[in-house]
Amino acid sequence: MNITTLVFILLSLLAVGSAIMMITSKSPVHSVLWLIVVFFAISGHYILMNAQFLAIVNIIVYAGAIMVLFLFVVMLMNLNKETEPVKNYRLQLIGVVSGGCLLLIILSAIMKIDTQQLVEMKVGDAGLIQSLGKNLFTNYVLPFEISSVLFLSAMIGAVVIGKKD
Amino acid sequence: MMLQAIDLALVIEKLILIVIVISASLVIAMYTTFAERKVAAILQDRRGPNRAGPFGLLQPLADGLKLFFKEEIIPNFSSKFLFILGPALAMMTAMMTSAVIPWGDKIEFFGRSVALQITDVNIGVLYVFGVVSLGVYGIMIGSWASNNKFSLLGGLRAASQIISYELAMGISMIALLMVTGTLSLKEMVIQQQQTHWNIINQPLGFLIFLICAFAECNRTPFDLPEAENELIGGYHTEYSSMKLGFYLFAEYINMFISSVIMATLFFGGYDMPFVNEALLSPNIAALVGIAALMGKVICFIFLFMWVRWTIPRFRYDQLMHLGWRILIPLALFNMLATGGVILYFGK
Amino acid sequence: MQALTNKSKQVNRAPMSFIERLYLPSIFKGMLITFSHIFKKKPTINYPEKQRPFSPVFRGLQILNRDEEGRENCTACGLCAVACPAEAITMEAAERQNGEEHLYKEEKYAAKYEINMLRCIFCGLCEEACPKDAIYLSETFTPADYQRKQFIYNKTDLLIPHPKENPDAYEKALGNRPKRESVN
Repeated sequence: MNITTLVFILLSLLAVGSAIMMITSKSPVHSVLWLIVVFFAISGHYILMNAQFLAIVNIIVYAGAIMVLFLFVVMLMNLNKETEPVKNYRLQLIGVVSGGCLLLIILSAIMKIDTQQLVEMKVGDAGLIQSLGKNLFTNYVLPFEISSVLFLSAMIGAVVIGKKD
Repeated sequence: MMLQAIDLALVIEKLILIVIVISASLVIAMYTTFAERKVAAILQDRRGPNRAGPFGLLQPLADGLKLFFKEEIIPNFSSKFLFILGPALAMMTAMMTSAVIPWGDKIEFFGRSVALQITDVNIGVLYVFGVVSLGVYGIMIGSWASNNKFSLLGGLRAASQIISYELAMGISMIALLMVTGTLSLKEMVIQQQQTHWNIINQPLGFLIFLICAFAECNRTPFDLPEAENELIGGYHTEYSSMKLGFYLFAEYINMFISSVIMATLFFGGYDMPFVNEALLSPNIAALVGIAALMGKVICFIFLFMWVRWTIPRFRYDQLMHLGWRILIPLALFNMLATGGVILYFGK
Repeated sequence: MQALTNKSKQVNRAPMSFIERLYLPSIFKGMLITFSHIFKKKPTINYPEKQRPFSPVFRGLQILNRDEEGRENCTACGLCAVACPAEAITMEAAERQNGEEHLYKEEKYAAKYEINMLRCIFCGLCEEACPKDAIYLSETFTPADYQRKQFIYNKTDLLIPHPKENPDAYEKALGNRPKRESVN
């Protein structure tokens, strides 16, 4: 067992554990904070796979911006036991069924995986900014440009909404 | 789990470097609080603190001691763990940025060549950006855990302000990255040493970055999160003792770190102007470099204070107007113009 | 309305020009103004080391005077108490006994003399009223204290030090102003 495996196991435990904590914790603010811990653990995994760019972008975008907005909204809502809506059994049953279906799909996908091919640690440069950029601008240039047009329109939309006095 | 001998030496070397960098930035932040009071006094024709020690130099120690001995108050209805987590996170994120900053060139030491940088990751600039974007959590968690309306308002202001200005900051940084073509801070400094400082290429980008740095550090004229005359104390209203000290201290560390970042990105980092470092012996060159960086940082810190005691605080709608309707379009224009120039002149 | 002085300035409500809307020039101007204050002289005085001189008309804590031989001037005539607008002064008179000539200048003296410093407004009317030049306002302040009763100053607090036994303290308490003129 070398140090990489150890770090991998620790990060995985952290990720899964805090994901469970996120679902089970009563307070929504705590849920959001646990989700942030999950993002950090996943960023750790990216770094293990030598994908520093993806790791840091994951932190900037998800932990740094999106979760701040989540926290923002959750803090503004008056969430406590009195105002929590009571869900009826039918809804809960539907939830269990759909969740179970998702679990089955994931399980079947895991079963199909060829276990001979392991994740490459510390090698490969797919997640480095240089190779990622090259890939995006050569092999995947059309989807990349379309999505960037989408983002640009979203940004301009935000500016337009801001301009409406 | 086998650490080779050479690895162990490297680990020890890095640990020593980390301790030095963190304690140095703490001491500098301490004296920045002193400098803030002194500069404020001088700009207002006063004398400032001059009682503790010669010229009042022990004043920051006295301030810290006072904060330690103050009564610790934790509000009854607050979430205790989060209440403590808030200032701790603020302090931690403030100090984490210093990991990727090149403080100087290599230094020769007992036959070992030690780089004066904790780690030269290939995503240095993005790391700084990521840590800065996490800085808001300390404020938000602390403000929510205080269970106080004014604190919450301060925290919300901080969150929306930092997110808004991060966009303009990021876009102005992209223009800079287009010019330099690297994300590593060390390589940027080396480039600037060989050619010229980036401020010459990116004056507009620097202006946008500077304004955003003021906003990210919650400094006047953008200190709305703690606006004392409308929000009492903003996000740290309920805090007392050293937890309050941590919040206040984190602000000064942020100020120091953002000064270092600006000096590194736009003003050549540890590059001493008009001196050819290659002609000097490595140790002297490293010391000259550190001195040059510190000189630039002191200028920036003075600028931060000078602006604080000159410009009054913005109104909140003015802040958002400046961020979204002026700085972001301006930064986009800057990025476009930079791209056009690079394309036209073929770099 | 006609302006009384030419100091008032009409507010310009015209829409701002482009340069003004940039704000940067005015920010720069403001920064220059604050920067120029670095070189201004600081009016602050480092208090305990350096003290501002008292003005010649300063009125401080009262003192009961003695003559050159150390005899109390006060005859307990009560004029100061009558003159006092704040009614801060009370006294009790007593007759000088044989053998007390070295203590009191006249045949009648104040056995008890109290000034309530919380009431006193330091107007100096007692000094003006006194025919014997027995009371005057010195160049010191009333020190702070924790209890109200400490502010009722009695004779031991108010009497000037003895000129023969303690000449230095006497000179100091007398101050720089010529108080003794009217006695002679």
